[in-house]
Amino acid sequence: MAVSDSLRATISRAKRNDLIFVALGIAALLFAASTFVALFLDMVGDGLSRLNPSFFTEFASRRAERAGILAAWVGTFAVMLVTALVAVPIGVASGIYLEEYAPKNKLTALIEININNLAGVPSIVYGLLALGLFVHTFGLGASVQTAGLTLALLILPVVIVATREAIRAVPGSIREAAYALGATRWQMVSDHVLPYSLPGILTGVIIGLSRAIGETAPIVTIGAVTFIAFLPPSPVTSSPPFLSFDWLASPFTAMPIQIFNWTSRPEEAFQANASAAALVLVVMTLLMNAIAIWLRYRLRRNLNW
Amino acid sequence: MSQAPAAGRLAHRRSRHIRERIIELVLLSSALVAVATTIGIVFILVKESISFFSQVSIIDFLTDREWTPLFSDPHFGIWVLLSGTLTSSAIALSVAIPVGTVLAIYLSEFASARMRETAKPILELLAGIPTIVFGYFALFFVTPLLKKIYPELPGFNLLSAGLVMGVMIVPYISSIAEDAMRAVPMSLREGAFAMGATRLQVALNVVVPAAFSGLAAAYILGISRAVGETMIVAVAAGMQPNFTFNPTEQAATITAYIVQVAKGDLPHGSVGYQTIFAAGLTLFLLTLVFNLLGYYLRKRFREEY
Amino acid sequence: MNDEQKKPDPSTLPKKAASQALNFFYGSKQALKNINLPIYDRKVTALIGPSGCGKSTFLRCFNRMHDLYPGTRYEGQIRLYPDDVNLLDKSVDPIEVRMRLSMVFQKPNPFPKSIFENVAYGLRIRGEKRRSVLMDKVEEALKSAALWNEVKDRLDELATTLSGGQQQRLCIARSLASEPELLLFDEPTSALDPIATASIEELIHQLREKITILIVTHNMQQAARVSDFTAYMYLGDLIEFGWTDDVFFRPKEKQTEDYITGRFG
Repeated sequence: MAVSDSLRATISRAKRNDLIFVALGIAALLFAASTFVALFLDMVGDGLSRLNPSFFTEFASRRAERAGILAAWVGTFAVMLVTALVAVPIGVASGIYLEEYAPKNKLTALIEININNLAGVPSIVYGLLALGLFVHTFGLGASVQTAGLTLALLILPVVIVATREAIRAVPGSIREAAYALGATRWQMVSDHVLPYSLPGILTGVIIGLSRAIGETAPIVTIGAVTFIAFLPPSPVTSSPPFLSFDWLASPFTAMPIQIFNWTSRPEEAFQANASAAALVLVVMTLLMNAIAIWLRYRLRRNLNW
Repeated sequence: MSQAPAAGRLAHRRSRHIRERIIELVLLSSALVAVATTIGIVFILVKESISFFSQVSIIDFLTDREWTPLFSDPHFGIWVLLSGTLTSSAIALSVAIPVGTVLAIYLSEFASARMRETAKPILELLAGIPTIVFGYFALFFVTPLLKKIYPELPGFNLLSAGLVMGVMIVPYISSIAEDAMRAVPMSLREGAFAMGATRLQVALNVVVPAAFSGLAAAYILGISRAVGETMIVAVAAGMQPNFTFNPTEQAATITAYIVQVAKGDLPHGSVGYQTIFAAGLTLFLLTLVFNLLGYYLRKRFREEY
Repeated sequence: MNDEQKKPDPSTLPKKAASQALNFFYGSKQALKNINLPIYDRKVTALIGPSGCGKSTFLRCFNRMHDLYPGTRYEGQIRLYPDDVNLLDKSVDPIEVRMRLSMVFQKPNPFPKSIFENVAYGLRIRGEKRRSVLMDKVEEALKSAALWNEVKDRLDELATTLSGGQQQRLCIARSLASEPELLLFDEPTSALDPIATASIEELIHQLREKITILIVTHNMQQAARVSDFTAYMYLGDLIEFGWTDDVFFRPKEKQTEDYITGRFG
């Protein structure tokens, strides 16, 4: 090619910069990935020895080698149950309202700005809301229900945004087809839009819950007691009516609180407990995230509107 | 549909109409939960802060250089906590913005589709790790590592917390920034490629300027994330209020202070109890400004393309 | 513009480029089939044909734009004269190719930079840093693109503030500033109104004095107005090529005639 030598030098310099940048990009990726690996290996190294069956069946204890996470994981499950039962219906209903019903007016704009802003409010501020409102105004105490409600509010924006995106992916022609057959708006939504967008909504719900399960700051703020050596009362009882909701008002501890508590202890033996518990928590969240990513991947492959 | 006589059908239609209205109202009230949450947050923070500022002058709050709310001679200088927040955030952003940007440019402009499909889930998993686990990682892995280079570093320090916080924010920034860059139309890139530009030249001279408001939104939302982050700093930077901008010292951030007070058992209604709401209000306002700015920039970017 | 008197046998004219047995593939789909087409020096060659016939694909082979996307493959050659090299050869750097051949796109695509920086961009990536040289060349290019008078007082404004027709002339100026040997136009007026279209056509008419032009157009009147030579393509085949007058008024092929007369396409 007849290109002057100086131009050729300029080009090769530019191309060398390209290569340098590619190296930089891969380095950035490796940096992120290696942090992930280091974190994981660090936890495995410190905590794996503590991961035996009794770790899951013992309560916390003053003696590190006998302490377990029974109260913590049971508490986490109880709190997540409340969170899901509150956040999913409200979040999905809000998403449906905003996509299918909301008129273009100031109220709708207000709701939208609110959701966007709530998504960015630091989680500890939700803790302050819960402390002032749920604990001291409504008198719900530092209980399973308070924590569940708090985390439900926290993940509400995630569920709403995911629901809206999933609903938006349903093409307008489907709606028109339902209307053309005489369906009412709600029939159109409940018979068509909702079922078709269910996998997308589910993905959002799982991501929201995986965020809630690791949240520490808000439940520390409500004053959740950190040393708990009992379980919330069972929801099933031996005498009629065989169901009890006492567990909702029960004090509790949760996985992240247990980790935080052990991390703050000076004795090295508790560090091992902290990393073992952290490992369990990370595996829980990774599993949830992996399910969500897999669901979304399948969704993308199966959908051909 | 039943074969009802004309009048019956009309009645059916009326009841159907009522049912549709009720459903719409239920959906609307769900959507209003988001608004109620914001109102609740503002109400609680302002209410407790008003009682706080009735005892502490707002001038002292903004100018005092000490923060000793629980001492017999209490001082309430919020700058003490803000200094910790700003320092740890600055460290975090000096990691997260360059790495996140390089990663976003690499993934959007250089990486093959397969590379992208592999890298993005990894980054998502990294973003899904609970912050308490990152805090543990900062305290027990990164700090000892830093001590090997700089032996005088105290066990609690802003540097380690800030660095880990930075890594935590990387996926957050890179994902918003990449979305923004991928929204830049291909025709713009082709214009530069056709002139003989290399990939890096196209990325830096055309794509980055075109996606500028989207990138700015990513950075601002990243800042908001850093300012509001709690558990990493609470675990790794210590909870001792310290008016410093020196990363090698320990210092409490606004968020860490709230955790510390909430962990203890301050009586409801005391000044000590109210300080965390005043601190929370400061934090809320700070992040609110960033969130609204980020929201506006993102919206403007979406309208451009 | 096609004077009847001076219409020699094309084969005696100097060539700027020529495609030889060119095949092109998107994955397994063949988009161009054995295209042999000369591009004569300082003449305007128009590519016409129904949409999907491969005319844009063919144009984009010249500056190796297809290299940007995975799964594309060239066979055959495009020779560039006078140095007589094959542009498609693996050893040839596509960036060097693009430094010599310029392209103007279907939709105006100014960069999100000032008017000045848009025009200066090609020079900057060629390593030109001297402000005075940049200034002179930018002015010259804007004058050649008949845009100078409209923008000379607002060179620092964002290019996106210009009207559609002005943006397209800016894109032409951007291409001209780096003094290309061959200018590729990909339906440059399809997004413009009739007045802006007329000014671009006028510009092409002036440019052919200095530079070789290859233009893809979906508008047959435009091809007739601006070009010296016309190539008619259909489904990846080159059906007919010749002096524009001959192709339009004395087509050799029945298919060309049907398309030109609007019976099909």
